[in-house]
Amino acid sequence: MTSTNLAYFSNGAIYACLAIFTIAFFAHTYEVSWSVKNVEGDGRTQFDLNKTARAGRIGTAMILLGFLILAIADLTRGLSAHRVPWGNMYEFSITGALMLTGAYLFAYFKFKVRWLGLPVSISVLLTLGTAITVLYRASAPLVPALKSPWLAIHVLAAIISGGVFLIANLVAATYLLMERYEKRSGRPQWAAKIPSLESLDQLSYRLIAFVFPLWTFAVIAGAIWAESAWGKYWSWDPKETWAFITWVAYAAYLHARVTVGWRGKRAAWLCIFAGSTFLFNYIWVNIWGTGLHTYSGL
Amino acid sequence: MSEKKSSAPDIGLIGVMRWAWRQLTSMRTALILLMLLGVAAIPGSLFPQRNQNPQRVDSYFTSDPTLAKWMDRLHLFNVYASPWFSAIYLLLFISLIGCVLPRTFHHLAAIGKQPPLTPRNLDRMEGYRLVAANSEVAIEVASKWLKRHRFRVRVTENSISAEKGYGRETGNLLFHLSLILILVGVALGSLFGMKGEAILNVGDRFINTPTSYDNINYGKFQGQGSLVPFSLTVTNFVATYDPSTSQPRNYVLTTQIANPIGTTPKLVVIKVNKPWTAGSTKLYLQANGYSPIVTVRDKTGHITFQGPVIFLPQDANLSSLGAIKIPDMTPQIGFIASFIPTAGSSAARGIFSTYPEVLDPRLVLSAWQGNLGLDTGNPQSVYSLNTSKMAKIGLKALTLGGTYDFGVGTITFDGWKAWVNVQIVDDPGKLYALYGAIFAILGLLISLFTRQRRIWVKVGNDVEIAGLAKNGIPGLEEELLALAQALEENKGGSE
Ligand code: HEM
Repeated sequence: MTSTNLAYFSNGAIYACLAIFTIAFFAHTYEVSWSVKNVEGDGRTQFDLNKTARAGRIGTAMILLGFLILAIADLTRGLSAHRVPWGNMYEFSITGALMLTGAYLFAYFKFKVRWLGLPVSISVLLTLGTAITVLYRASAPLVPALKSPWLAIHVLAAIISGGVFLIANLVAATYLLMERYEKRSGRPQWAAKIPSLESLDQLSYRLIAFVFPLWTFAVIAGAIWAESAWGKYWSWDPKETWAFITWVAYAAYLHARVTVGWRGKRAAWLCIFAGSTFLFNYIWVNIWGTGLHTYSGL
Repeated sequence: MSEKKSSAPDIGLIGVMRWAWRQLTSMRTALILLMLLGVAAIPGSLFPQRNQNPQRVDSYFTSDPTLAKWMDRLHLFNVYASPWFSAIYLLLFISLIGCVLPRTFHHLAAIGKQPPLTPRNLDRMEGYRLVAANSEVAIEVASKWLKRHRFRVRVTENSISAEKGYGRETGNLLFHLSLILILVGVALGSLFGMKGEAILNVGDRFINTPTSYDNINYGKFQGQGSLVPFSLTVTNFVATYDPSTSQPRNYVLTTQIANPIGTTPKLVVIKVNKPWTAGSTKLYLQANGYSPIVTVRDKTGHITFQGPVIFLPQDANLSSLGAIKIPDMTPQIGFIASFIPTAGSSAARGIFSTYPEVLDPRLVLSAWQGNLGLDTGNPQSVYSLNTSKMAKIGLKALTLGGTYDFGVGTITFDGWKAWVNVQIVDDPGKLYALYGAIFAILGLLISLFTRQRRIWVKVGNDVEIAGLAKNGIPGLEEELLALAQALEENKGGSE
């Protein structure tokens, strides 16, 4: 196939993914909403997730399928431009969505976290949707400053970290939600399959402990690349500054847990805060910031 | 000021200092300083920084001078070199040293030592259980099992204390010590380094002395005499672009470099991600543009100026803007000019560039007459014309080889040259920072993926076992269960 054909093929695959993740989204909403049983004596809605387990399984299957097709879309996008598929915002987004899905599937097979399927499919739909409509750029080779093996390594590490940060945020948010339910009136039935508060707390910690070294590496790889391209390994441009802030926030999170013994609610809020600094960097600095990193035409 | 006696017991200066040191090196202070450093970094990403974007800083000063002056006083345009940012950074540095070094000595001293003794009451520990085992051989069986699972084992008469995962603290210390190394590297770079830039036309020769630079900055302790004594001649520069999008594809700078000066020059090719290196000094290709070549003659045909003039690119298609100043004519003459590498035109935009390579160049000139203002003593940008004491006398667009007669003389558009901006950086701390970074990651990996835990076995009337996992890491329960099983089956290490 020619480069142009490959690029078209990749776009087609992205649209297919949109459809597949939409199905996954509906399967997961169906799983939750159709599991409602009769309202019983105490007036509280009862759920029976066993009733709709099949819909949940369809959702998972769709996410797995979506992951495979997204991987193909990403691969062909890279092949069409003769380089790694993360040279501009559109490509960061589709690769990021791929990593998020991958992180979810990993967590699913390891920890059985199907309850995350709904928020994950929504996130992927939003990311891919904005990518193909707002952020889309035609496939093209890299500008000279981006031609470095460190780019591939740096951005890949950053995107994987981002995917895991997002998952950890979703877990922490779930923790906070469940915590509120349990404090007030007990967990609703639809949330019966969601792990205990303690497991949620542990899960978000372990996700972060797992990616913190990777994020550290991503920042350092970026510095090495900057050194070879601009002559300074650190110039405090807005992107670097926010990467540093994210790093500090997660280091503080780990400290708070390991040395000060923070758990539960406070840890969850700190986790969400740290994740927000990453999102802020990704969205705000990429689009509105000025600096050395804004060469990619988005 | 009058002497004031405090009512608190006088602990003396040393006492106060000791107290202050303990506060500074406490974990909580370090954490707060770390968070503070993160927060302090934010304003630098919100406001333009002078060393990155001086034009935008200037626009703050023109739009609201009072506000800008106050912001400047708070160092908001130079956050990362400001006293308050440095203060946080230094305090964190000291705090880190103060808390990590003692821990390191402590840890080193603990190497080879035995695990701490078994606590008296095991039943408060995690996973406490009684095991139905033969108490005669329990100690032997358990110690074999634990050794086989690479625990450090301390056996006393009727109990075992075992520990595994010392690597956690080792990795943790390695990580924190590496952070210190990174900070040292950063400090060395800013104290002993230098950074400078020079714009060179193709064909120019550059000699590495301070006066050859367009701008140069030294670290506080870096002398001027320490520049690497090389000379560089720009022999060629080629930029290739994507014909459909005008995006740059590749830049190749070809040079002849003699290091030290006087030796036979060597051919050196420099690309964007491939700097030239001499010791800790590196030379980078940073930017490029065009210098139109012009000849200016007065009424009598006498040449008053001839040569290439560096213009600054304005857009992706390299429309470039510059000033040509002729102080040697009376009255003085100046041109505000733009160089268009490949001309296109439309009714709305006039002449503009459609492609960054030079295919169909134009030189658009607006001629001014009067006083250039060069003798006021204030340094003036070479890229712009101060027209406050001048009058406009004409406007003309020239094709290659064309001549414009502006009344008191003529200007001819003879050709063009490419220029490159090279950046020369010496950062002697770079390697330390890099090693620090590598060890930091190593330390993190070791510490985050090592599970540290203790297991105790006590033999009295019953056989009791229990454990303790640092940070409540999961997996201890299974381990204790396996040990219990081994004890019950009396198997231990033997098969
Ligand atoms: C005075 C300064 C500091 C002290 C006393 C200190 C001490 C500690 C201690 C005791 C731990 C727990 C290790 C364990 O038990 O496993 C830890 C973990 C950690 N520290 Fe620090 N620290 C300091 C500064 C810093 C700084 C400046 C950073 C930089 C960001 C940092 C990053 C981390 C990280 C990421 C961990 C997690 C590693 C783990 O979970 O084992 N620390 N620190």
